[in-house]
Amino acid sequence: MSFTVEHLNAWYGRKQALYDVNLSFGPQSVTAMIGPSGCGKSTFVRCLNRMHEEIPDARVTGRVLVDDFDIYARSIKPRHVRQHVGMVFQQPNVLPTRSIFDNVAIGPRINGHAHGPDLRELVERSLRQAALWEEVKDQLQAPATQLSGGQQQRLCIARTLANQPQVILMDEPCSALDPISTLQIEELIDELKQTYTIVIVTHNMSQAARVADRTVFFLLGRVIEEAETSKLFSQPQKKETEDYVSGRFG
Amino acid sequence: MQQQVSVSRGRGVIGHSLDWITTRFGRKPTDLVFRAVTLLFVFVVIATVIGVAVVLVVYSWPTIKAFGLSFLTNAAFDPVHNIYGVAPAIFGTLYTSLFAMVFAIPIGLLAAIFVVDFCPRLLRTPLAFFTDLLAAIPSVIIGLFGFLLLAPWLQHTGEPWLQQHLGFLPFFQGPIQGVGILAAGMVLTIMVLPLIIAVSREVMLTVPTAQREAMLALGATRWEVIRYAVLPFSRVGILGGIILALGRALGETMAVTMVIGNQASPPSLSLFQTGYTLSSVIANQFGEATPGLFLSAVIEAGLIVFIITLITNILARWLISSMQRRGARGVHV
Amino acid sequence: MSTTVNERKSSAPNPFQPPPSAWEVRRQFNNGCLVVFATLCAILAVGVLVFLLLYVILNGIRYLNLEFFTNLPTPNGEPGGGMGPAIQGTLILVGLASLIGIPLGIFTAIYLSEFGRGLLANAVRSLVDLLTGVPTIIFGLFAWVLIVVPQQTFSGFSGGVALGIIMIPIVTRTTEDVLHLVPREQREASLALGGTEARTTFRVVIPAALSGIVTGVVLAMARVAGETAPLLMTAFGTTFRNTSIFEPMDALTLRVYNFTLSPYQTQVNQAYTGALVLILLILITSFTVRWFTGGFKRRF
Repeated sequence: MSFTVEHLNAWYGRKQALYDVNLSFGPQSVTAMIGPSGCGKSTFVRCLNRMHEEIPDARVTGRVLVDDFDIYARSIKPRHVRQHVGMVFQQPNVLPTRSIFDNVAIGPRINGHAHGPDLRELVERSLRQAALWEEVKDQLQAPATQLSGGQQQRLCIARTLANQPQVILMDEPCSALDPISTLQIEELIDELKQTYTIVIVTHNMSQAARVADRTVFFLLGRVIEEAETSKLFSQPQKKETEDYVSGRFG
Repeated sequence: MQQQVSVSRGRGVIGHSLDWITTRFGRKPTDLVFRAVTLLFVFVVIATVIGVAVVLVVYSWPTIKAFGLSFLTNAAFDPVHNIYGVAPAIFGTLYTSLFAMVFAIPIGLLAAIFVVDFCPRLLRTPLAFFTDLLAAIPSVIIGLFGFLLLAPWLQHTGEPWLQQHLGFLPFFQGPIQGVGILAAGMVLTIMVLPLIIAVSREVMLTVPTAQREAMLALGATRWEVIRYAVLPFSRVGILGGIILALGRALGETMAVTMVIGNQASPPSLSLFQTGYTLSSVIANQFGEATPGLFLSAVIEAGLIVFIITLITNILARWLISSMQRRGARGVHV
Repeated sequence: MSTTVNERKSSAPNPFQPPPSAWEVRRQFNNGCLVVFATLCAILAVGVLVFLLLYVILNGIRYLNLEFFTNLPTPNGEPGGGMGPAIQGTLILVGLASLIGIPLGIFTAIYLSEFGRGLLANAVRSLVDLLTGVPTIIFGLFAWVLIVVPQQTFSGFSGGVALGIIMIPIVTRTTEDVLHLVPREQREASLALGGTEARTTFRVVIPAALSGIVTGVVLAMARVAGETAPLLMTAFGTTFRNTSIFEPMDALTLRVYNFTLSPYQTQVNQAYTGALVLILLILITSFTVRWFTGGFKRRF
């Protein structure tokens, strides 16, 4: 599965946030987006599943190709894109009024992908993939809010997985979590990358170094540098990259 | 001591001589007076609130003692035989309010959803202004509209049409008079609608974007986002708004009195029947009320209205405040 | 037989354009229904208001003239009457109500905002809130039983009392909200400079919150100007000149109520005009309040 971005520009009203981004992501890999606050990495990732345009007055131009199909083509509805490109958010946003089972099942339920026993199987599979099954298998009907922060985030991951996407986007998924949960999720990412293409936004460079195969450095809405993670950190080609990576600004 | 000069303030003899107050009470004399006056006013307010309740109970005591619970089941105000009851009034109050809720809840909720989710941003402020304006229209004007336009229209066009096409249902049977439960119900719907829209709108605006995004990211349609993220999150607050609206419907006087016919009808489910409500009984009978059981009966009707609206009010505010405690933005009702 | 990469790709189904299954069609339909119904309901809500306003305005404007504001109502529906005493009565009654409602409301708000702590303050706040949910006819009953019945006469005074009680919670709530918005630092600065609590409240806090307080007061006055039920059994209404507040007094709302139900068409016509004047009153205060609130928000 190929995943390419061509000449992507994005605006918030009149203010341009992304300038001519061109990137491609390999299948079964993890790519990290790093950069200082406000550099556009979150905006970029939100353009990959057409969430950016949900903001009033937001605009996107350019192409994002999944298997050579442009998700921004006029004939394509954003919600169909989002079934294939899933997203995990910074704050775990489980549905508070629903049970653990319902939270995972909601995606396939509304999209009509599975019902009844198939659905139960899908939920179990997703929870196992998210390394949460063992902890919740006896309390599937309990409210999702009973789980800890780290568990809730894994529940959100399971929820995304249940939709059977091809790409998983993660917008700083660990920044609201404690170090142990963070480690658990990073291990999870390591496993998930065998099946999915993962794009992760992180402000934590060591996290990028731990989980990502490739890393992209953003600054002021532009891609400054993109390389294999170890190369980017040890031998950055651009001065800005080197400055950021060595902590001269953040 | 005599040689001490007070710095920068010429407080004079009186000022100095009141110093002992400051030392004794920990506050300056002006403040003591200020606090006393404030507390006096607050006391008057508390006394008034409690006074209203007390007066209602005390002055309805004769009929409470005479009839007890049968006041609620007796069929009419009968000064000749000195028997008083509000059963038809309670029926009228409940039936008209139920009608209003059945229509105002879906219409109000959907209109609120429009304002929150679909409305172009330019229209938001004018729409809010319109809703508030509708809520501010005095009930006597809605009553005027009901009596002079709505009731005649119902009599000549609306109700005959309903009877002709849906007359097999018990709601649309019976003599057609224009005024009656249907007219009162429609008028109550108009009065209660802006309240439901306002509360629902406020409550739905407090739903965190993260919840909506969670559903959007799974590929949900707008309706699914509302159904699975917005409504469940705000259902407690919306329920509070509905109960608040119910309270208002139950206590509404003028508009209902003008279009309900104020005449008893044989008990039936017909929407075309005339009737009366607890509030309209008070409005119509206070003039006739002779001291004694009659007067007491009118007051007791007021007491019942007071208790009902008190209960709905407390319930509604508790529900809405429990939403606020969940960390949502303040909801102003 | 080999196919080129391009041909293979173009014959593959577009995963982002799934063929419309029954499920998808139903989903789409549900969504469409929501959009349609929600829009219709919003139009209905606004439409009712517009219709109502137009109905009153178009019917009422025909008889709107100077005599309307000065003349007394004529007996038996003879032409040429007006609602002079009614309008005057409303003004007097609102004035009376304000004498009661404004000081009681503002001082209660001051208590809740500046002094009140703990159980008593919460009790007071709850009691005041409860007052807002009570139908206004109950206050009419209260004043009727305590003033009208012992004095054996309807009076503008009892009407003013009933309306005053209705004003209290409105004024309290809006004033308290506005007082809370004044930053704590301003109070602390005044107290640190040696000001008394009284001086702090009246010279610092209230002036800072003044436009909000005025807004609340004006809104409350407009509210009670539109009340009818409590006046039915207190002021009662009259078709003669108002002479004393201790006698029956007319009010615009009472006159509109009366004339709407009248058998004389001339009086019904005047009811429209009276309603128009009432609505104009509400509209003007609404606009002024919004304009004021805009100014108030800019302050902080």
